[in-house]
Amino acid sequence: MPLKMVELTIDGRQVSVPEGTTILEAAESLGIEIPTLCHDRDLIVAGACRLCVVEVEQIKKNLPAACAQPVGAGMVVHTNNPRVREARRTVLELIIANHPLDCLTCEENGKCKLQKYCYEYGVQDSPYEGETREYEIDDSNPFIERDMTKCILCGKCVRVCAEIQGVNAIDFINRGFDTKIGTFYDGELIDSPCLYCGQCIYMCPVGALAAIPSRGLGRDYDVEKVATTCPYCGVGCQLALNVRNDRIVGVTNIADSHNQGYLCVKGRFGYEFVHSPDRLTKPLIKRNGKFEQASWDEALDLVAEKLGAIKAEYGPDAIAGLTSAKCTNEENYLFQKFVRAVIGTNNIDHCARL
Amino acid sequence: MEIFRAHVLVCGGTGCTSGGSPRIKALLEEELAKNGLEKEVNLVVTGCHGLCEMGPLVIVYPEGTMYVHVQPEDVSDIVSEHLLKGRIVERLLYKEPVTAERVPHYGDLPFYHKQERLVLRNCGYINPEVIEEYIGRDGYAALAKALAEMTPDEVIQEVLDAGLRGRGGAGFPTGLKWNFCRKAKGEPKYIVCNGDEGDPGAFMDRSILEGDPHRVLEGMAIGAYAIGASKAVIYVRAEYPLAVRRLHLAVKKAEEMGLLGDNILGTDFSLHIDIKEGAGAFVCGEETALLASIMGQRGMPWPRPPFPAVSGLWGKPTNINNVETWANIPDIILRGADWFASMGTEKCKGTKVFALTGNVQNTGLVEVPMGISMREIIYDIGGGVPNGKKFKAVQIGGPSGGCLPESQLDLGVDYESLTGAGAIMGSGGLVVMDEDTCIVDVARFFLSFTRAESCGKCTPCREGIMRMLEILDRISAGEGRMEDLDLLEKTAHIIQDTSLCGLGQTAPNPILSTLRYFRDEYVAHIKDQRCPAGVCTALLTYYIKPELCRGCTACTKVCPTGAITGERKAVHVIDPEKCIKCGACAERCPFDAIVQA
Amino acid sequence: MTGKLRSLDDLRRLRNETKRTMQDRVGSEIKIIVGMGTCGIAAGAREVMTAILEELAKRNLSVNVLQTGCIGMCQQEPLMDVVRPGEGRITYGNVTPRDVPRIIGQHVVNGQIVEDLVIGRTD
Repeated sequence: MPLKMVELTIDGRQVSVPEGTTILEAAESLGIEIPTLCHDRDLIVAGACRLCVVEVEQIKKNLPAACAQPVGAGMVVHTNNPRVREARRTVLELIIANHPLDCLTCEENGKCKLQKYCYEYGVQDSPYEGETREYEIDDSNPFIERDMTKCILCGKCVRVCAEIQGVNAIDFINRGFDTKIGTFYDGELIDSPCLYCGQCIYMCPVGALAAIPSRGLGRDYDVEKVATTCPYCGVGCQLALNVRNDRIVGVTNIADSHNQGYLCVKGRFGYEFVHSPDRLTKPLIKRNGKFEQASWDEALDLVAEKLGAIKAEYGPDAIAGLTSAKCTNEENYLFQKFVRAVIGTNNIDHCARL
Repeated sequence: MEIFRAHVLVCGGTGCTSGGSPRIKALLEEELAKNGLEKEVNLVVTGCHGLCEMGPLVIVYPEGTMYVHVQPEDVSDIVSEHLLKGRIVERLLYKEPVTAERVPHYGDLPFYHKQERLVLRNCGYINPEVIEEYIGRDGYAALAKALAEMTPDEVIQEVLDAGLRGRGGAGFPTGLKWNFCRKAKGEPKYIVCNGDEGDPGAFMDRSILEGDPHRVLEGMAIGAYAIGASKAVIYVRAEYPLAVRRLHLAVKKAEEMGLLGDNILGTDFSLHIDIKEGAGAFVCGEETALLASIMGQRGMPWPRPPFPAVSGLWGKPTNINNVETWANIPDIILRGADWFASMGTEKCKGTKVFALTGNVQNTGLVEVPMGISMREIIYDIGGGVPNGKKFKAVQIGGPSGGCLPESQLDLGVDYESLTGAGAIMGSGGLVVMDEDTCIVDVARFFLSFTRAESCGKCTPCREGIMRMLEILDRISAGEGRMEDLDLLEKTAHIIQDTSLCGLGQTAPNPILSTLRYFRDEYVAHIKDQRCPAGVCTALLTYYIKPELCRGCTACTKVCPTGAITGERKAVHVIDPEKCIKCGACAERCPFDAIVQA
Repeated sequence: MTGKLRSLDDLRRLRNETKRTMQDRVGSEIKIIVGMGTCGIAAGAREVMTAILEELAKRNLSVNVLQTGCIGMCQQEPLMDVVRPGEGRITYGNVTPRDVPRIIGQHVVNGQIVEDLVIGRTD
């Protein structure tokens, strides 16, 4: 069925988009960026931060949220007029009245969306004074630091944990001003069902969630991002190694990938072995009961010779191949091809079947 | 068939129940038995009559005599005098506050004169736990009519023609809402009854559920038939245990009699009603938060669209109406749209139930035609402000409503006029305030309610209400600045403009309406450091008029902080640093020498 | 306990039955007043009252039965008044339960006063 198209005007420009598109998406298609702290294309729309409000001439009652409001035929939308900017500025002022302005030491500095929008809207401090929410930092586990004092309650961590990961380790607790993101009975993360995929860290628009192994090792702008494939299993998730001074200091998402950026605890945090001094970097051959370093040519020649000899004496079925879930699909494919076509046996299996 | 010569109605509403009506009922039972009257006199426990101020209430038919404030020791008189000898017990009759005359007949009370009791027709008249009594009052006849004589479209058309609008507060045309849901694609369809009545002081939904639960069930069954729904949920506050119990009983009875469940009255139409108890969050009265709560999630609203009519409970088309709306349906179907539309104003038809509370003579539930003026409600029905005090304001529409002054009292109550005046219809709470009320304090009260009840999801409501409340706190503590008023106004408008749901969008109303009508009082707090009503303690100072003080030392004895000093027979002085402004000294002084300044 | 309603007729029948029971709460045009002072009760007013209620039930009549105290004619008790709309108030004296069906049948239903029992009339 062909999509029904809807024509509307955004900031004086005509645009035609499929029915059901939100104003945020329609504006995006025109290259107009509307600020938002709680929206993510992968998550169910929450309409929580209210930073993306726009003025729609046909909606008199209030300023609708662009992330949640579907386009309507003939709508005239203003994404950046004085009324809208004033509302956004007030929303930002309300947020930073309750947010520590410690960008100097914050891990998120430079990447923080709150910082970016305050800069864009010229919000330096808040006219609102009064009580603030302050909580102890939770770093009960080796991976995720939760500093709820910095939390702006956009709810993305809750949604990604529930909607994408299906874990539901955290949710909103308390009500009104006292609302907080917490685990069951507001305990520590280590006592929760959290699997430490770290997706929440990646979603967090501010510095409330941080990767413990990366703390103090460089901010977003300090690191080089090296795209690679996760070595842990056949899914082959794409990830970005954050590299600084030739050392991996963290892992971040590559959203535009088959895994859409999502990683598990291994891909996200299991990189420490890379720099381990115990790691094998050259082949070893056992001679006279002791392992000795050898070249790749020596090692491969030795294996080929031994396999050939066994095959000649006992036949190909005397050989079996066992491959690993840590290899990529391509590597596993190649290995079974090698065992079947080169060795000539169907004795090929994989550790994931055990 | 039993024939009774008299019916004694004991109010079993929550107000009278907490006033001791179950004990009265038990004593009546005892006393009737003692006099051998149990076969002649029918003892009936009913729902609320609305005049809760006067409870516990006992009404004796056929005369229609209403006894008020009935105490256990009065029971034997009612039985031996009235029921045995036919003599009315004068001292238990309602006393008209102005003329001090006793009013013997229920219907003659001024409280009921200007009322038009449709939705509340059976409340206080039938036993809500006996389905036959409801049926005897034409109950379920509307459902029967709809099933036998009308197509679903005709039912919707009737509701549209009647002009019924949602009684939960927003005033959306009910028939239109039904139509959206009927036309939406998806099976099964659900209908929901919103019984999460949360406005402080409002209890009309509770009264209907307690006093006439079958009326709501019948309304829902008619709605389900019109919309094409086969499943229904009643979401009711767990804090209404009596309503919950009566609803369970009513559903069970109706199912037993074939008025709910499968193949209702032998037709193809089936409806199953579940009852879900809410956990006490005000925001769950908002329809999307309510649906989230039914589905076991945290009660937080979601952005609309999608509207529940398209994607509601479990993602299926869902129609939500509140208790009072559902309760209007049976009469509309039975008596017709024209009859219903003959009441009310051009845009608002029918009646509305208000909960009248605060500084007013007759507190309670009143049902009046739409468009009646607030002056009539407060003075003619409510009996005006007691104790000779002056009227100051009426807060209408619950915590998100507005405060209207004397000048707005002739406003006819309907959705548009109230919104125009800066208030809302809301669920129909009316709090009358006299001259001793401080308007800044009132705004603080309502803001502290919405602050606590905000779900915390969206920024403006969660953070903004708190900041406005803090500004009000400052003003009432004498630390306000004139710029605060501008900041309040600006913040209030932006919260209205940007909040996700109705709670946040309307939460600033108490501030905006009081700033609009009572700005002077704010200014007095800030500029003159004075609370004109004498409520904000930080702005009060007590001092002793030297010319009146006789040095009797009575004040020093009651002062809890030792702030008053002075020799016997010499003029006493209050140390303002130590004084906590409790006012005990002023109350105690026999010479009226201690005054507020 | 009423059984399951299987049709609209079932509902209608139940409604009519229940309406009758509840009629007294609305008030009927016709009134019967029984003297229930100490004198009346001593002379047998309770039995008369019971007989009235039984007779009304038997005939399925909607009549308000009220009671009153001593009116000073103690020697004539039990007293039973019948008031029909637009007609005067007829007082019967020395009423026994046996008289009740006759008074109700003749007077209450058919409007013919039972002359031999009448002791007074007021307009």
